[in-house]
Amino acid sequence: MLNDITLGQYFPGNSPLHKMDPRIKILLTVLFVVSLFLVSDPLFLIAPVIFIGILYLIARIPVRFLLKSLKPLIPILIFTTVLNLFFLPGDVTLFSFWVIQISDKGLLNAILVLIRIVCLIAGSSLLTYTTSPIALTDGIERLLSPLGKLKFPVHDLAMMMSIALRFIPTLIEETEKIMSAQKARGADMETGSLVQRAKALVPILIPLLVSAFRRAEELALAMECRCYRGGEGRTRMKQLKLHLRDLWGSLITVILCGGMIALGFLL
Amino acid sequence: MHESILCVILYISMACPGERILALTEYIHAVNLSFSYQNEPEAPQVLKDVSLSVEKGSFVAVLGHNGSGKSTLAKHMNVILLPSGGSLFVNGMDTSLEEHLWEIRQQVGMVFQNPDNQLVATVVEEDVAFAPENMGVPPEEIRRRVEEALRTVGMWDFRDHAPHRLSGGQKQRIAIAGVLAMHPDCIVLDEPTAMLDPRGRREVLETIHRLNRESGMTVILITHYMDEAAQADRVVVMDSGTVIADGTPKEVFSQVELIRSAGLDVPQTTDLVHWLRTEKGLDLPADCLTVEEAADAVAKLFS
Ligand SMILES: Nc1ncnc2c1ncn2[C@@H]1O[C@H](COP(=O)(O)OP(=O)(O)OP(=O)(O)O)[C@@H](O)[C@H]1O
Ligand SMILES: [Mg+2]
Repeated sequence: MLNDITLGQYFPGNSPLHKMDPRIKILLTVLFVVSLFLVSDPLFLIAPVIFIGILYLIARIPVRFLLKSLKPLIPILIFTTVLNLFFLPGDVTLFSFWVIQISDKGLLNAILVLIRIVCLIAGSSLLTYTTSPIALTDGIERLLSPLGKLKFPVHDLAMMMSIALRFIPTLIEETEKIMSAQKARGADMETGSLVQRAKALVPILIPLLVSAFRRAEELALAMECRCYRGGEGRTRMKQLKLHLRDLWGSLITVILCGGMIALGFLL
Repeated sequence: MHESILCVILYISMACPGERILALTEYIHAVNLSFSYQNEPEAPQVLKDVSLSVEKGSFVAVLGHNGSGKSTLAKHMNVILLPSGGSLFVNGMDTSLEEHLWEIRQQVGMVFQNPDNQLVATVVEEDVAFAPENMGVPPEEIRRRVEEALRTVGMWDFRDHAPHRLSGGQKQRIAIAGVLAMHPDCIVLDEPTAMLDPRGRREVLETIHRLNRESGMTVILITHYMDEAAQADRVVVMDSGTVIADGTPKEVFSQVELIRSAGLDVPQTTDLVHWLRTEKGLDLPADCLTVEEAADAVAKLFS
């Protein structure tokens, strides 16, 4: 039951997108998302839609994956679309029935917001599909490392993230074990009212918590034995190096986003 | 006159005990080591006056029932704990001196019981790289060390796997590789096979025996399995914080009563031979460890 929680949503692959430097990918994703919001004409959003489409093709990510990450957002999508479509007063009324009026502005805005949100999700999902959680953490750590000079605990946060990533599968496995152990003792977790089911969780959470603390203690000991003393003086085996593909990727994305932003301001 | 000279000599030898000089020739050397987890004088002593020395390149097994202080002793060898009394030397360095801390941690690698709780990274090679990264080794050198360590434990093919997908024995070998990447002189393993199935146990034991044989690694293996101890060069038996027996496996296991009084079992063969000797009055040597030895001894008796 817990098996289908995949962490992040990494889709292993070998495409140039997968191989790109995580730092560059993060920065470009941010740029892309920002530029989406600076465009106010749906016509100019055709370009990012095509761009994202091509990127998904290059990365060989099946469309159903994208649909899966869009699914939880469907209510929000419908809500905003309806709101824009029916309740935004415009200059020309295209359609009117009872209290509902669809104006030209409403229609445009609805389309704009819809495309924006879909592109936003598609773009940021692409980052997590093509970057393993560990590479993502690594990229974030290195991007934020200048903040370390301001006493911001960048290394500690990144270490915490990667340990969390390392232990989530282990803890999930453990939760399953505890659940079957409690079920074997007659615990009933599937039926009953919400309160009853919440109560049934207590005998699972407590042993899980206890074991997590024990693990944390042992892990800290093992890390100390392996000469861990915080981020100071630490080197890394994997050095991130920029390749030609990073340059090309950046160039294309920057030109596209720059164009979108420029047009957005001009019009 | 003679007496006073003798007194002076005695006094000098007490002020700078022989052990301190000896410490330089032994790899790990404990001198009257005592330890208590609490700071009060009434607190129970977990280690009482332990004196022990381990030669470089030897394979020492440490036995003892639960709570006899084995893990506590092991933690002293890596400066996780500091002695409350007496002292411990690692390669001639006093563990209670702050300046030796990182040097000792790097020279003495520790492997613990639960492989899940000592792997840090989500990818095998990253995990092995963890210790040299902490030591500030340059990236190229780390890569070399990781490859060497993973090849040594036979896990090179798994370098890009996620640790949680591996078997217990494999995980434990990764943990050993993670320690080897520090280039230690000695590894201390605290019940490394306790959570493994027979196959995982065999993998891990073969690995540490090979390390000891081929690279001359000093190995200290804490275990509850008598057969693992029987394969060591030397066996140390602990009971409530003291060393009660110390010698070759043959010497130690032939003292069946002593071992039993420490709440331990002897290897099955030794047990059988002991029974034949005491109950049946057969004239067998007390120090048979393997089935072959016992069979030979019995055959010799009847021929
Ligand atoms: N952190 C601690 N604080 C207080 N007492 C402790 C602590 N760790 C261990 N002890 C006590 O010290 C004694 C020796 O423990 P130790 O873990 O060294 O035994 P052990 O020989 O390794 O046992 P086992 O075979 O169970 O691993 C035990 O009585 C234990 O209760
Ligand atoms: Mg122990």
